[in-house]
Amino acid sequence: MRNLAKTVFFSLLVILAFAGFANFVVPQLQPAAPPEDEVLDLSAMTMDQFVALGGRVVEGKGTCMLCHNEVGGRAPPLSETVAQIPVRLADARYEGSATDSASYLYESMLEPSAFVVAGFGKAGSGDTESPMPNVSGSSIGMSEAEILAVIAYLQDLGGEDISVEIPEDAGAAAEDEEEEDGEGREPFETVEEIIDEFTCGACHMVAGEEGDLGPNLNAIGGSRAHDYLRRAILDPNADIAEGFEADLMPDDYGEQMFASELEMLIDFLAGLQGEGSEP
Amino acid sequence: MRISSRSARKRRNVIVAVGAFMMLALLLLAVAANLTGLEISPAFAEETAAAASAEGESAYAPPPRLSAEDYPRVGNISSRAIVWLAAQLHLWFAAFVLAVPIFVFIIEAIGMYTRDERYDKMAYEFIKVSITAYSLTAILGGLLLFSLILFYPDLWGYLTTVFKDTMFYYALLFFAESAILYIYYYGWNWLQGDFRKWLHLTLGLMLNAVGTVLMFLANSWITFMMSPAGVDAAGVFSGDAWAAMHNHLWNPINIHRVVANVAFGGSIVGAYAAFKFLNATTPEEKAHYDWMGYNANFIAISALLPLPFAGYYLTAEIYAYSQQMGITLMGGVFAWLFIIQAVLIGSLFLSANYYLWCGMGRSDGAERYNKYVKWLALGIVGAFLVWFTPHTLVLTNAELKALGGPYHKILGPLGIMPAKNTAVNVMIVLTSLSFMYYRRSNKIATVSWVAIGNAAQIALFTAGLFNIFFLGIYHGYFTNTVYKVAASIPQVMTTLIIIVASMVLDRFIYRGAKEVAPLRWGRVPARAQYALFLLAVAFTWLMGLMGYIRSGIRQHWHVKDIMRDASVDAQTPTMGYAANMVSLGVIIFFVMVIFVFWLSQVSGKKSLAPGYWKAG
Repeated sequence: MRNLAKTVFFSLLVILAFAGFANFVVPQLQPAAPPEDEVLDLSAMTMDQFVALGGRVVEGKGTCMLCHNEVGGRAPPLSETVAQIPVRLADARYEGSATDSASYLYESMLEPSAFVVAGFGKAGSGDTESPMPNVSGSSIGMSEAEILAVIAYLQDLGGEDISVEIPEDAGAAAEDEEEEDGEGREPFETVEEIIDEFTCGACHMVAGEEGDLGPNLNAIGGSRAHDYLRRAILDPNADIAEGFEADLMPDDYGEQMFASELEMLIDFLAGLQGEGSEP
Repeated sequence: MRISSRSARKRRNVIVAVGAFMMLALLLLAVAANLTGLEISPAFAEETAAAASAEGESAYAPPPRLSAEDYPRVGNISSRAIVWLAAQLHLWFAAFVLAVPIFVFIIEAIGMYTRDERYDKMAYEFIKVSITAYSLTAILGGLLLFSLILFYPDLWGYLTTVFKDTMFYYALLFFAESAILYIYYYGWNWLQGDFRKWLHLTLGLMLNAVGTVLMFLANSWITFMMSPAGVDAAGVFSGDAWAAMHNHLWNPINIHRVVANVAFGGSIVGAYAAFKFLNATTPEEKAHYDWMGYNANFIAISALLPLPFAGYYLTAEIYAYSQQMGITLMGGVFAWLFIIQAVLIGSLFLSANYYLWCGMGRSDGAERYNKYVKWLALGIVGAFLVWFTPHTLVLTNAELKALGGPYHKILGPLGIMPAKNTAVNVMIVLTSLSFMYYRRSNKIATVSWVAIGNAAQIALFTAGLFNIFFLGIYHGYFTNTVYKVAASIPQVMTTLIIIVASMVLDRFIYRGAKEVAPLRWGRVPARAQYALFLLAVAFTWLMGLMGYIRSGIRQHWHVKDIMRDASVDAQTPTMGYAANMVSLGVIIFFVMVIFVFWLSQVSGKKSLAPGYWKAG
């Protein structure tokens, strides 16, 4: 009986040690929640938001970055894709029917084996068969709108003019959009809501807020025109006001805001002419 | 008819055994041939399925799209937890009862070959230990079945649509398994002697064949859930049962499970022998259970050595089937699981080696080799630490800045796969070296070329280890990312060559060797027995953990890409949660195993009750 107690105690100790290691030494990463279907409101979407949607699909639902990353090296980096398209279309191994950047990208997502970049084919296939799945298939299940958004994102990433248009019909669902992203909510109707939502007052003096990390905006309309204000919101590091640091302001408001919100905010800022201006 | 000569009797026995085996093989083929759709070739079946699909005609419905309401709930009980535990416990017992007959067959055959009755007795004791576990396996299988029907009725419905034929034959084969097992076990003492012993051994072979087919059938169901085949993109079954069975991951899992089962079964029987050793009261008993524990450990380690290779093959096939699934497995949130796996396998190797080193004390002749043990330990621990080194660290911004990136400058390179492949190969080679010292411990070679032989052994190990390091370093750090794991197969081949060549060479060197000091079975410290317990617990825990990841890489799919899990438990749990579930399962499993062991003892006990019965 004593030996039984000793061996049981020893075995429990071993089990506890393994469980303790798995619980307290290894970081507890929460695997992603299953993606949920959500209807896109494409009619109110700006091209910036459409590009941003494409970026989110690439990073998230599309699982593209699992392979198309610099570290793993399992697929060519996406940043170089657009620049390489003319070369690939002219390659003797190209078996598809694309004629331009957008149609090539579209084809490469639905028929990845139409052209396999040398060294990235399935083992033993001689680079004739791609390991990439059809993105519209059920394992990824991208909708037509999401595929077009990815094309827009890749063209934007490659510095090329975006040649796809935002479709009117969202098609199948997009997924896993965060609440704060533009597509997941209704557009705000007042500028107070916009300033509150995007926490402008945390850094700027504006609308009664006292933030001091960024320039005072209470009289910004007196010195800056609409175009400057638009650029300052969409690309905040383009001009840094003297005495302030770069890289503090988020550069994705163009993606987070609806077009109507952006214009409403610019109009409001342009109208601020003096100290203590209130909306 | 009387067969006079011994050689004629032997020939007759061999013919009978081979005949029985052939009949069994034909029977199994007949069963397989009756599976729906086997008569047509897979290519033709695909065409038929495609044509049927194109015409929109199919006798089978696609899997239903489910919502959370489609999953029955019983109070606040977690459906996933119940199915998880039932499946895991069923698998542990099934692995045990499938593994034991494999090495019982081998031990019985060794006994017949050597005519050493100790082997026969040990084989009998092994099968005796496992006999009660059969009914527990069936009971737990029933529990799993009922849990699936109750909690996941639509999934069960879809799987039966695809596998109804194989499930029917599975049930039939269970009868065959039970019948053969009972004759094999209860007829052990009856079927002794020349012809009868051959007949008994043939029964053992049949038991293994039926058991293996049973496991393969069940494996096809779970691998179908990971890499579905025989269905179209919408999940509509083509009607070809063989195509569904013969899915991409079926054979890799089959191989992995057969090897792992043997290692697991050996470790459980080793724990039994260790417990009996600790409780032994006479030197004879101690000697017997020491010998039994050694053999069980030998079986476990022999299967453990090729297990990483079987695992590697399985992983490579997962990548080949779906790169996404492969990356989820190795590069996503599960990446840290392999650090836990490294701890567990490190524990297995260290405990197995520790047991061997303690076992060297059985012979005074082993003192010659004691000085090498510390270096072996150092090498194994070093390899373990490399395997244990994580690649990507979870860091705060401040830590990230201090470190200068997500990877440690010195330790970071040890986190990638080539370093780990190198480490595991080194660990295996050093374990085989431990075993060589153990085998040599009570002998002195007498052949004239012993110095040359030993020099050849040193050259073999040195060159082999150098090659393993070179391959790992060159491919891991001086080639393109795509070729990083290209070294794995030549590394494995190097390791296997070292093991096989060194064993063959030693056999020749020690042919006609003198015994310098006898092996004294029973002369082993009690702490060595705890190494056997550690081996059994670590193995069981490891199997549970790898079950979690095998199932987890399907993520939110019941059947990958064609039937989505819409239950409230669809989200993959964290590693801590999984570890707690596995720990709970291991505790329940060992409580049941203790019960099984206790039962095997009770059957041999007899209480005298004077005056209770009427005088006859």
